[in-house]
Amino acid sequence: MSTTANHIDAGGHWHGAGHAEALTSGSEHGASKRVIVGYGFWIFLISDIIMFSAFFATYAVLTDSTAGGPSGRELFDTTTVAWETACLLSSTFFCGLAGLGAYRRKNALFYGAMAVTFLLGAAFLFLEIHEFAGMIAEGNGPSRSAFLSAFFALIGCHGLHVTAGLLWLLTMVAQVRAKGYRDDILRRILCFGLFWHTLDIIWVALFSLVYLVGVAR
Amino acid sequence: MWGKLSWSVIPFDQPIIMVASGTVAVVIVAILAWTVAKGHMPYIWREWLTSVDHKRIGVMYVLLAMVMLLRGFADALMMRAQQAVAFHSDGYLPPEHYNQIFTAHGTMMIFFVAMPFVIGLMNFVVPLQLGARDVAFPTLNSVGFWLTATGALLVNISLFIGEFARTGWLPYPPLSELAYSPGVGVDYYLWALQISGIGTLVSGINLVTTVLKVRAPGMTYLRMPMFCWTTLASNLLIVAAFPILTATFAMLLLDRYLGFHFFTNDGGGNVMMFMNLIWAWGHPEVYILVLPAFGIFSEVVSTFSRKPLFGYRSMVAATMAICLLSFMVWLHHFFTMGAGADVNAIFGIASMIIAVPTGVKVFNWLFTMYGGRVVFSTPILWSLGFMVTFVIGGMTGVLLAVPPADFVLHNSLFLVAHFHNVIIGGVLFGAFAGYEYWFPKAFGFRLHEGLGRAAFWFWIVGFYVAFMPLYVLGLMGMTRRMQHYDVPAWRPWLLIAAVGAVLIFIGILLQVVQLVVSVRRREALRDVTGDPWNGRSLEWSTASPPPLFNFAVLPNVEGEEAYWGVKRRALEQARLSEEPAYQEIEMPRNSPTGFVCAFFATWMGFALIWHIWWLVIAAFVGAYATFVVFAWRDHHEERIPAETVARLDRANREARGAALAARLEGA
Repeated sequence: MSTTANHIDAGGHWHGAGHAEALTSGSEHGASKRVIVGYGFWIFLISDIIMFSAFFATYAVLTDSTAGGPSGRELFDTTTVAWETACLLSSTFFCGLAGLGAYRRKNALFYGAMAVTFLLGAAFLFLEIHEFAGMIAEGNGPSRSAFLSAFFALIGCHGLHVTAGLLWLLTMVAQVRAKGYRDDILRRILCFGLFWHTLDIIWVALFSLVYLVGVAR
Repeated sequence: MWGKLSWSVIPFDQPIIMVASGTVAVVIVAILAWTVAKGHMPYIWREWLTSVDHKRIGVMYVLLAMVMLLRGFADALMMRAQQAVAFHSDGYLPPEHYNQIFTAHGTMMIFFVAMPFVIGLMNFVVPLQLGARDVAFPTLNSVGFWLTATGALLVNISLFIGEFARTGWLPYPPLSELAYSPGVGVDYYLWALQISGIGTLVSGINLVTTVLKVRAPGMTYLRMPMFCWTTLASNLLIVAAFPILTATFAMLLLDRYLGFHFFTNDGGGNVMMFMNLIWAWGHPEVYILVLPAFGIFSEVVSTFSRKPLFGYRSMVAATMAICLLSFMVWLHHFFTMGAGADVNAIFGIASMIIAVPTGVKVFNWLFTMYGGRVVFSTPILWSLGFMVTFVIGGMTGVLLAVPPADFVLHNSLFLVAHFHNVIIGGVLFGAFAGYEYWFPKAFGFRLHEGLGRAAFWFWIVGFYVAFMPLYVLGLMGMTRRMQHYDVPAWRPWLLIAAVGAVLIFIGILLQVVQLVVSVRRREALRDVTGDPWNGRSLEWSTASPPPLFNFAVLPNVEGEEAYWGVKRRALEQARLSEEPAYQEIEMPRNSPTGFVCAFFATWMGFALIWHIWWLVIAAFVGAYATFVVFAWRDHHEERIPAETVARLDRANREARGAALAARLEGA
């Protein structure tokens, strides 16, 4: 086919003749906005997971670099961590309920589930900050050793994500309250849900690779 | 109240810096005064600064790159001049200033010249080639651009307020740690790149989603122009690599600001972890830059050879192979770390393997030209210059991939010559080819051909004169980044290199002149049809400059080289296609979100650098409020009535009809 095209053109130039409309379908179609937004947000989440993987890799390398200070075995309190895990994992269930409530435009379900999600997320953060404060008070802060630097950075990065998620959650609630269940707001609720679930997945990795392995070593 | 900021941070005692920043300040004030006095400000604000149109954002990216090229090149001239005179003497630049200059040169050229140039071209071209109305997330696109501009601004502010890093373009610890770099230079570097890095990531997510989800009906993957494929590969690399950079810089920032021990000498820190992380980003980064350039050459070579691209599918495979392999070679940047012979051998072999898909590409371009009627216009001159230069650079790269050879050449000027050979010969030549090629599409008139050719010849001759001596110097044992030296045998080569830099300078001046002359003679250079080069892909099927909505009616693609088929049919039937039924089009509304967000990001970065904590909080609140205001708006789109669409498209159809008639008469 394209060889013919070359022959036709070989004689000289005829620029700009012809028109794309020759092949026009006349209707606009393609992926829906919801699909495009969700897809783009997934790609963002992948990049976020890659960022975490850099912190994970660094933690793995530095985990024995305790510089004479305490190791994870001496520091980690599995009871607190178990409660943190319980809070975060159950919050993800309520976050899912909130999404369902939004799509069905059920105010009670949406607001109720968002409130529980917020409370569980805040409880998680409270426990984490409490754990950090205790370690720092005993002189085992991030400046103590490379191992603790990597630990505080990795867990703290997740904690910052949860904090950002809580801020986002409140913004979404305020937005639904002010504007109702508009299409663009539903898309944002979809993204918020994806974000919150991803934090869960990352926490599962943190819980297993940092705390469980740390205590078992 | 003002953190570390005081009057003493402004280098009043350094005449070079004061004159340079004074000149820049005067130029900026003059331009602003002129725009305000002429009453252009409302237009610039409405149509450019707040624009979410991918074409306008693309143009602004390229403009940013070209302005920063002048700054980065001024640094290069100063370095070449310093090494030309600093034989048995200190030259004219004191060491702490010289170190800032080579750091700023590398940082500028990679992050604020090469990156915005290729991102700008991708932004401008890809939606047009895909037959789309815009990118997937237009407002986010604007945010990404303005965050990149914030980074560039912060680096330039460091010239006048405080200092820039003296560590080299990658801030290797322990030198970049607080103990050895107590000033704000490294902080400027880190915050500028963190902010612009977010911009780059946002733009990468946007373009990946655009290529994968926003294509015209019928535009299947294997019908996409090559540039769309290389854009996809490049932006997948951005999504996968830039988060590693963000994490690495975050760790260094934690070391510097909060006393962490990631890369410090004490506390169990591990310096080599930094090298591994930074190059896990850094090696993909070079492919992020060069893959779009490969795409540009594919478009240019095919268009000006009047032939379809040879081996399209092998080109796609080669692109994706490079995309994958680029993540498996990072260790070749530090063979001398001492990872052992086995590890070095594996990474050496992996590095050489990348030369295979690259070689496939070079042969495909050669075979595309073979048997074609090659039109030697400026874009193809850059492409030919690329093919010769890049092959040389690639071969010296394969040489450096041999670990024993690398032990001799590591950190020598041979390395400097190699990466300039591939980045100038590959990325920059590609960017210039794309600039010449798509300029008429963006502005509706061509660039002056004669001046373009002259600029090309000065550039390529200047390049060889400037960088071939560095290979020799590297083999003679000269290491990089030397402020002065005492070896007489090096001197002649450094003088030749300085002459080369002057030749490149003339090339750059000619490019500036070319732009000015072309704008002044734009009526003579006008492209009325929107298809000045007899192009083959969809961007040439719409007017130049394209209307806001790109296509009056979305094209329906039925094969490779979508527009070529349409033109052939028009010629066979001796008439244009039927006029379509025009409909109302919805386009995203412009928004100042990106600009305002970058305004706050600039203050936030500045406050973080100077430890002004209240301003950090205030700027963060401002940025958050900006997003909330954006999220609260009720109308996201504006409607363009069918009559307007019809009026704009009919004008273009008329010009194309006339061109067709002229062509048929000629035949």
